[in-house]
Amino acid sequence: MRTFILKRILQAIPILFGISIIAFAIIQLPPGDYLTTYVNNLRSQGDVIGDEQVKALEEQYGLNQPLPAQYWKWISNFVRGEMGQSFYWNKPVNTLIGERIALSMAVSLFALILTYSIAIPIGLISATRQYTLTDNVFTVLAFIGVGLPSFLVALVLMYFGNRYLGLSAGGLFSIEYLDAPWSLARAWDLLKHMVLPALIIGISGTAGTIRVMRATTLDELSRPYVEAARARGLRETLAVLRYPVRVALNPIMSTIGWQLPALVSGEVLVSMVLGLPTCGPLLYTALITQDMFLAASFIMILSALTVIGTLLSDILLAWIDPRIRFGGIQ
Amino acid sequence: MTTQEMQQAEVKVEAEAKVEELSGRSIRLLTHRQLVLLRFRKNRLALVGIAILVVFYLMAIFCEFIAPYDPNRRFQGNVHIPPTRLHMRTAEGALTAPFYYKVERKTDPKTFERTYGEDTSRRYPVKLFVSGDKYAQWGLIPLDIHLFGADDPTAPLFLFGADAMGRDLLSRIVYGSRISLSIGLVGVFTSLLIGLILGGVSGYYGGMVDNIVQRIIELIRSIPTIPLWMGLAAALPPNWPQLRVYLGITIILSFVGWTTLARVIRGKFLALREEDYVLAALQAGARPAFVIREHLLPSFMSYILVHLTLAIPGMIIGETGLSFLGLGLVAPTISWGVLLKDAQKVQEVALHPWILLPAIFVLVTVMAFNFFGDGLRDAADPYSQRT
Repeated sequence: MRTFILKRILQAIPILFGISIIAFAIIQLPPGDYLTTYVNNLRSQGDVIGDEQVKALEEQYGLNQPLPAQYWKWISNFVRGEMGQSFYWNKPVNTLIGERIALSMAVSLFALILTYSIAIPIGLISATRQYTLTDNVFTVLAFIGVGLPSFLVALVLMYFGNRYLGLSAGGLFSIEYLDAPWSLARAWDLLKHMVLPALIIGISGTAGTIRVMRATTLDELSRPYVEAARARGLRETLAVLRYPVRVALNPIMSTIGWQLPALVSGEVLVSMVLGLPTCGPLLYTALITQDMFLAASFIMILSALTVIGTLLSDILLAWIDPRIRFGGIQ
Repeated sequence: MTTQEMQQAEVKVEAEAKVEELSGRSIRLLTHRQLVLLRFRKNRLALVGIAILVVFYLMAIFCEFIAPYDPNRRFQGNVHIPPTRLHMRTAEGALTAPFYYKVERKTDPKTFERTYGEDTSRRYPVKLFVSGDKYAQWGLIPLDIHLFGADDPTAPLFLFGADAMGRDLLSRIVYGSRISLSIGLVGVFTSLLIGLILGGVSGYYGGMVDNIVQRIIELIRSIPTIPLWMGLAAALPPNWPQLRVYLGITIILSFVGWTTLARVIRGKFLALREEDYVLAALQAGARPAFVIREHLLPSFMSYILVHLTLAIPGMIIGETGLSFLGLGLVAPTISWGVLLKDAQKVQEVALHPWILLPAIFVLVTVMAFNFFGDGLRDAADPYSQRT
């Protein structure tokens, strides 16, 4: 087990390195550098900035150095937790993104939990009642759900919520808790507000999981060992729950790692439509205003957390399933 | 035999009988292609899917002719006019050709609330092949004939309502289909090119090269797509001409899209290489080129085709999402995503719900592609027992 964990962590390092290069490339890609934008902004506001000051700023951000040196400066600061200055907000990036990243992750994880707690029972019900009305209804729903783009669903739901329920636009907190310090009541308020966004973000994942769960359970149900369990007089529910379900859960558990990037990316879009105080809206303004330290930090942290999440789920899997631990299943 | 198996066997016998009835021949005498076609035709949803797609793509190809108005024509005083109602019966209840009434906007003097009423004093007929706004079909043939429309410009026909500038939303959706629907095809084609080259190389050379390509794929797939797309799209220079932005967006979409295809191609390549019939052909002295053409490609292309079909909706959603945010294509270019940008604010949508209509088109297209692709997937392997 220890070697497996070590091997998996070592595998994650080059991926994290690759992500940092892509994030850095995104800082560099826009024509002209962000300092020019910044200086132009200051000048248009009437500030007098001499060439020497521009030079000093260049020095501060290492812009006069070659690219590899700039990358090194950025990434070494980043690892130490100094993500640079947001030009647009004129604040350190750290203070801007802390809570938003946490909320984004909370919503994504909540969506993951909802996805599984809805999809697994439904897939099971569908499989044990194959070709009945219940099964057909769920199959059609799952079929539709796989293809629905979550941000459009959010848009349509917002309209109906506004029209028929008189709900105002999303958000994650009620007004009285907006700036309140953390407390149990505030956490409960957050949880209540997270249900709808999490459901929307989880739609396609839920639908996909229902289909996988149904298919694998069906495969397992016709195996001799289920028949043997029945022959020994086990009640039908027990015979199903105790053996085939455990096998059927395996492919679902092993794809948690693929669900995470999709959830995080869905969360970014949906939060913009619903106006949630998570990464999405801030990342968007950062990209629009070419606030590149902020944007790159977001992309870097979101991706890194996804990689770490995948890593954790892999380790969890290996802990549950010895076949993975010993490299039997690829 | 368990009850489950007996049921499955029954279903299978029934399916075979159905096939024999449909084709008039025994199932064992049909060629591969006939089996594929039969299997595909049995899937109703897939047929619905392809029918919708044919209609939508025809709409995209002939958008100038099908749209009743020039999509950029502004009708003064018709800002946010709700969809015009079509009538089939006169006030006396007699059945006639479809017609509509002119919509009049009134403002409540007290609340300033706007209300829309029909001016029933005059009936405006909807005509087929009416001559209206001038256009050049495919930018080449100057014409002014439209599939349908109304000839009185003082009472415009807004089947899907008008937007914030008094432009006909239906015409804009029809024109938008050209970009929204083609970007999926172009994007998938670019992905296929990259996927074929890198997946093929990966499967052919194996070892070190394979390892590197696989790690790159893993890297790209581990980054959440939307933030990555947003970052790359924001890097497109704002002063680029729209055609170049369009190409840029397709390349950004394929940057992620090729990874799935490369995996499929590599996997199939590796699996098929070991098949008995391929080994047998090689043993019998067939050249590799012959084996690839006669054995590998036929069993290979159907899977690639299925994956291509299922990859298109993702690309369409990607373009819509980026343009919706204002990071992809922007006005004056017309795409469904650009049109949806007007629907960003829920207050706007609450007042003028019809500006959400482009979303319906996106949803229907995506569903149609999924149904079609799913049918293809089942049909691509007509020997499997799935029913």
